Amino acid sequence: MNDITDAVDAALSGSRRELAKLLTSIENGAEPEFEKEAWTLGVTGPPGVGKSTLIGRLIETWVARGERVAVLAVDPSSPLSGGSLLADRIRMPQADSGDSVFVRSLASGKFPGGLIPQIGIMCKALSACGWTRVIIETVGSGQSEIRVVAFAERILLVDGPDRGDIIQAEKAGILEIADSIAINKSDLPGSENAAKAVQSSLDFGKGDSREVHLVSAMNNHGIEDLITEIEELEPNSRRANLRNRERLAVSWESLIFSNSEIESVLKKMGDGSLTVNDAIRHMVSSIDLGGTGDGRN
Amino acid sequence: MRVVVAKPGLDGHDRGAKVVSRALRDGGHDVIYTGLRKSPDEIVRIVSDEDAQVLGLSTLSGAHGSLIPIICNGLRESGLDDVIVFAGGIIPQRDRSSLFNSGVRAIFGPGTPTSSLLKFLDEAAARQSSGEPIGVGMDSGWHWP
Repeated sequence: MNDITDAVDAALSGSRRELAKLLTSIENGAEPEFEKEAWTLGVTGPPGVGKSTLIGRLIETWVARGERVAVLAVDPSSPLSGGSLLADRIRMPQADSGDSVFVRSLASGKFPGGLIPQIGIMCKALSACGWTRVIIETVGSGQSEIRVVAFAERILLVDGPDRGDIIQAEKAGILEIADSIAINKSDLPGSENAAKAVQSSLDFGKGDSREVHLVSAMNNHGIEDLITEIEELEPNSRRANLRNRERLAVSWESLIFSNSEIESVLKKMGDGSLTVNDAIRHMVSSIDLGGTGDGRN
Repeated sequence: MRVVVAKPGLDGHDRGAKVVSRALRDGGHDVIYTGLRKSPDEIVRIVSDEDAQVLGLSTLSGAHGSLIPIICNGLRESGLDDVIVFAGGIIPQRDRSSLFNSGVRAIFGPGTPTSSLLKFLDEAAARQSSGEPIGVGMDSGWHWP
């Protein structure tokens, strides 16, 4: 425990290197406590819509305004080898440019059932060390990745022209919990149609005042307006409720997959000696909530 | 292991770096690929922020003799002495011993089977965990193969 307290003190003293090491400790399961909540933005959307490029623009704009921006870029691990190829940095040339940007790549496979609760603690650690804007980037290709962004206080959904993927986003519930929605690649044909389609989908919802932003990360169009909206977001109780629902679901999943009984339960289900309902009852009774009831994210 | 694969300098050829990244991923490692044309300072910062244990440098421009020692020095100056550095690309035999002296622990040329990379990392990890000084900032007589 003293080790982690020392690591936190070293990181808080302003050493970037010590912060990097502290993040590794947290990734590996350390759970230091921080008082303040972090300013967090979750960015998600289908593969290839330009999330990283757009984040590069957000970094640029925020840094010019005097903010210090940290990015936690989450990429999937290979289910076969357990390894990962974390390449979001390629699309964020701004990431390597100076003292006001900190990018950390994370492999989702290291965390059973998602990134819980480690990513919430990482955000707080970054915030405590003076990083005023913390961005969590995930590929919205699976429900567990999409759920990770529910741990951010505000969520930006990014889509591209005519991909049809917005249907996937709706299915996963991400459109409902997104606070801001951007259609990227406004320079390409079909982008306006995509924006209109999403806007009309939003307009079905009663009292939904969200506007779809048409932006081009490549040409740096529409970024200022998007940032202004993100900065001015008002807390919305309905979306906060949905977000908490996702947090609960993903934390629950994480408890199940990190349960020490999981392998024996799966084995028993395999040989037919345990039904799914029995398995759930068994797992619930064996879940150890020690140390997780302290109200952290 | 956590491995940064980086392209220092101005050459724009990264097929090799991508093949290596993929092979390491398939070998169960977490690989962070930087993309093209990174400066030595940027590479050192990435290794530090990402808290990587290993740095792979790919260069095909002939600038290995100046860039790689600068990066190795930068790692040492930033307190990253225990990072294991390997290199690949077009690096002639006659240039290799000076790079080994700079702290590089393996140099892979064209035609290297990807399994050699994985064996190198396995051996490097084993040597490091037994306390052998094979990081870039340590005095070690060892290099692969």
